Amino acid sequence: MSSDVLAIQNAEAASRPWVETLHEWVTTVDHKRLGILYILYALVFLIIGGIEATIIRIQLMRPHNDFVSPQVFNRMFTMHGTTMIFFVAMPILFGFANYLVPLMIGARDMAFPRLNAFGFWLTALGGFLLYFSFVGGSGLYGAGSAPDVGWFAYAPLTSRAFSVGHSADYWTIALLVSGFGSISTAINIIATILCMRCPGMKLSRMPLLAWLNLVMAGMVILAVSPLTAAQIMLSIDRYLGGHFFDTQAGGSATLWMHFFWIFGHPEVYVLIIPAFAFASEIIPVFSRKPIFGYPVMVAATICIGFIGLSVWAHHMFTIGMNSYANSFFVFTTMAIAVPTGIKIFNWLGTMWGGKIQFKTPMIFCIGFLLQFLIAGLTGVMMSVAPFDWQLGNSYFVVAHFHYVIVGGILFCLFGAFYYWFPKITGRLLNETLGKLHFWLFAIGFHLTFDSMHIPGLLGMPRRIYTYEPGRGWEIWNLIETIGVFVQGIATLIFVANLVLSYFNGPKAGNDPWDAWTLEWSVSSPPPVYNFASIPTVASRRPLWDLKHPEDPDSHYE
Amino acid sequence: MSATTTPLPGIPGAWKLPYRGKVGMACLIFAESAIFTIFVVAYLFYVGKSLSGPTPREVLETPIFYTVCLLSSSLTVHFAGKLLERGRRGAFLLLWVLTIVLGALFLYGTGQEWHRLIYEHGLTISTNLFGTTYYSLVGLHAFHVTAGLIMLSIVLFFGLAGRVGPEQSARVDVLSLYWHFVDAVWVVVFTVVYVLGR
Repeated sequence: MSSDVLAIQNAEAASRPWVETLHEWVTTVDHKRLGILYILYALVFLIIGGIEATIIRIQLMRPHNDFVSPQVFNRMFTMHGTTMIFFVAMPILFGFANYLVPLMIGARDMAFPRLNAFGFWLTALGGFLLYFSFVGGSGLYGAGSAPDVGWFAYAPLTSRAFSVGHSADYWTIALLVSGFGSISTAINIIATILCMRCPGMKLSRMPLLAWLNLVMAGMVILAVSPLTAAQIMLSIDRYLGGHFFDTQAGGSATLWMHFFWIFGHPEVYVLIIPAFAFASEIIPVFSRKPIFGYPVMVAATICIGFIGLSVWAHHMFTIGMNSYANSFFVFTTMAIAVPTGIKIFNWLGTMWGGKIQFKTPMIFCIGFLLQFLIAGLTGVMMSVAPFDWQLGNSYFVVAHFHYVIVGGILFCLFGAFYYWFPKITGRLLNETLGKLHFWLFAIGFHLTFDSMHIPGLLGMPRRIYTYEPGRGWEIWNLIETIGVFVQGIATLIFVANLVLSYFNGPKAGNDPWDAWTLEWSVSSPPPVYNFASIPTVASRRPLWDLKHPEDPDSHYE
Repeated sequence: MSATTTPLPGIPGAWKLPYRGKVGMACLIFAESAIFTIFVVAYLFYVGKSLSGPTPREVLETPIFYTVCLLSSSLTVHFAGKLLERGRRGAFLLLWVLTIVLGALFLYGTGQEWHRLIYEHGLTISTNLFGTTYYSLVGLHAFHVTAGLIMLSIVLFFGLAGRVGPEQSARVDVLSLYWHFVDAVWVVVFTVVYVLGR
C-alpha cells in the first residue's frame, strides 16, 4: 500500500522544476526532511571542522614548524572545537532524533512541526554567523579574523581589551542563536515523546532510542540554558559596558568558568546519550536478541542525566577550589562511571549468546564499546584531583575527550548511518566500502589518539603553537598527524559510499535488517504521513510480534 | 505493508496522553528557570562586591504596590481561564483586560524605578557590579513580562473579534501557565534583590 503511494509521489516529483523542489525543502515542516537537513548541514560542517583539525595537526607534525602563523593556529583550534560541538555533533544527533523518534513511537510528525523548522533554521543561522566572522570579524580590512579565544572562551580573554574587533561577538551570537535552536528542538522532542505516542506505546514499551533522546532533550534544556544566560552576560559586558567577568571592576573570571562548564559537562552527556541510543538499537538487532536489561538501561540513563548535571567543576580542579568542592566533584565524577559501566555490561549481555552478524553498523558499535571503555577509564583517572593537577590542560586531556567524542560518539554515528541509511533513502550502503571505512578509520583513530596520550603524560600542553625538539614529543606528534590523514581517507570513502549508494545501491525494501521497531514497518523512504493508519503496539518489539504471531513478546512482558 | 494496521492483542481501551501545549510550555519554563537561576546566582555572588557606589541599600526602594499588582494578575488570569472554560466570554474578557492592565502597571513601575535610579542616582548598567547584575536580572524579568503582555494582548484582540471561545480554553491555559511563571520568577527576583541583597 505504502509503495503505491510512493510511486505516485515519484511521478509527481519527476515532472517538477528544481526551484519548486528547493522551495519545498526550504519551507518544509516535515520531521523527516528537517532531519535530513540537519544531517546534511552537520556533514558539511564535519568536513570544515575536519579540515581545521588537519591544519592543527600539520602545524604540530614536527618541532618549530610554521605551516600557519600563531594567530591562525589560535583561530583554527577555536573554530575546530566550536564547529565540532555546536555545528556537527548537536545538529547531527538532533537530525537523527528528528527523523527517528516520531517513526519509532508511531507518530505522524513531531509535536510542533513549525517550531521544529524554526529550530533548524536558527541552528543554520548560528553556523553561518560563526563562519561569517572570517570576513566580518574586524570589518573588511581585517578579513580572516575568526574568533581565537578557545572553545570555552575563558575570561578575561573575551574582554574588549584582549579581543578587539567583533570576532568574539560572532562566537557569542552564533552560540546564542544556535542555543535557542537547540532548546526549541529539545522542547519539541520531549513534547513529541510524551504526547504523541501511538496507542499501546507505554513509556515502558518505548524503544530505548526514544527513552535516551528524552533524557538527552531534558539535559539540553537544563544545560544549554545556562550557556545562553552566560552568553547574554558576555554580550552585556562587551556591548553595554557590564562587569560580570571584568576583574578590574570586581568581576570574576572564575564565575565564567563555572557557568561555561555547567553547560560544558552536561553537554558531553547530551552528545553521548544519543550515541548510546544508536548502540542500544543496533546491537540487539545484529545480535538477534532483545536488549538485555531494558529497565536497567533506562534507569542508568536517567542516573547519568542527573549525576551529569553535578560534575562540571572537574574541569576546574587546577584553578584551586577548596578541598570540599574538590572532593564533591571527585566523587560525583567517579560515581557517574557506575551507570555508564552498567550500560556497557548490558550491551555485552545483549551480545552474549546472541547470533551476532558482523554487518557494518554492528562492527562500528563493537568498536565503540571498546573505545568508549578506554575513554571512560582515562576519564576516571582524571577524576582524581591530584592526577588532574598534574595533567590538566595537557594533551592527555585532549586525547581523553577525543576518545569519547571520536571513538565513542562518531563511531556510533557511523553505525547509525549504515543502519538507517536504507530507511532514509531506500538503498543500502555498500558493505565492502563500509568495512574498508571502518578498518581505515579505526586504524587512523588509534594512530592519532592512542599516541596523543603519551606527549600529554610527558608534559605537552594543549593549544601550544609549536614546541622544542628533544622532549620526546616529536615521534608521537608525527604519528598523530599520519593518523589524521588515514582518518581523512576513511571519511572520503564514507562520503563516496553515501553518494554512490544513494544512486546505485541495492534496493533496501521496508526492513533490510529484519529489525523490530516501528520505523521498519513503513516503506523506505517513508511516506510523508509516515503511517497510513496509526499503529497499535503491545510490546517493546512490535514487528517481532507481527512476524511471530505464534510467540509474541507481549506474552512475556 | 499495511501490516502495521493489523490489530494486536492488548489494545488499551482509552489511550490518553498529556496535552502537547502544556508539556511544551512546562519544558520552556524549565529552560527559562535555568536561565534565571544563572542570573540569580550571579546576582547573589556579586552582592557587596562592587568596588564603587551606589549600593543597593542606598538607592533601592521596595516596590510593594507594583509587586501586589503583578501577583494579583496571576489570580485574574487564572479566573479568566476558568470563566472561559464555562463559556462566559464577557467576564473572561473583563478579567483578561484587568490582567493586562496589572501587568502593564508593573512594567510602568519598573520603568519608573529605572528612571529614578538612572537620573537621580546615576546608576547605569556600567556603573558598578550592582548596576550590571541589577539591570540584567530585573531587565530579564521585565523582558519576560513584556513578552507575556504581547501574547496576552494578541489573545485579547482575538477575544474582542469574538474568536476565543471555550474550545480555545486549553490554549489559553498554556499562556496562563507562562504568566504564572513570570509572576513566580518575580517572587524570587524580589526576594533576592530587595530582601537578601540589601
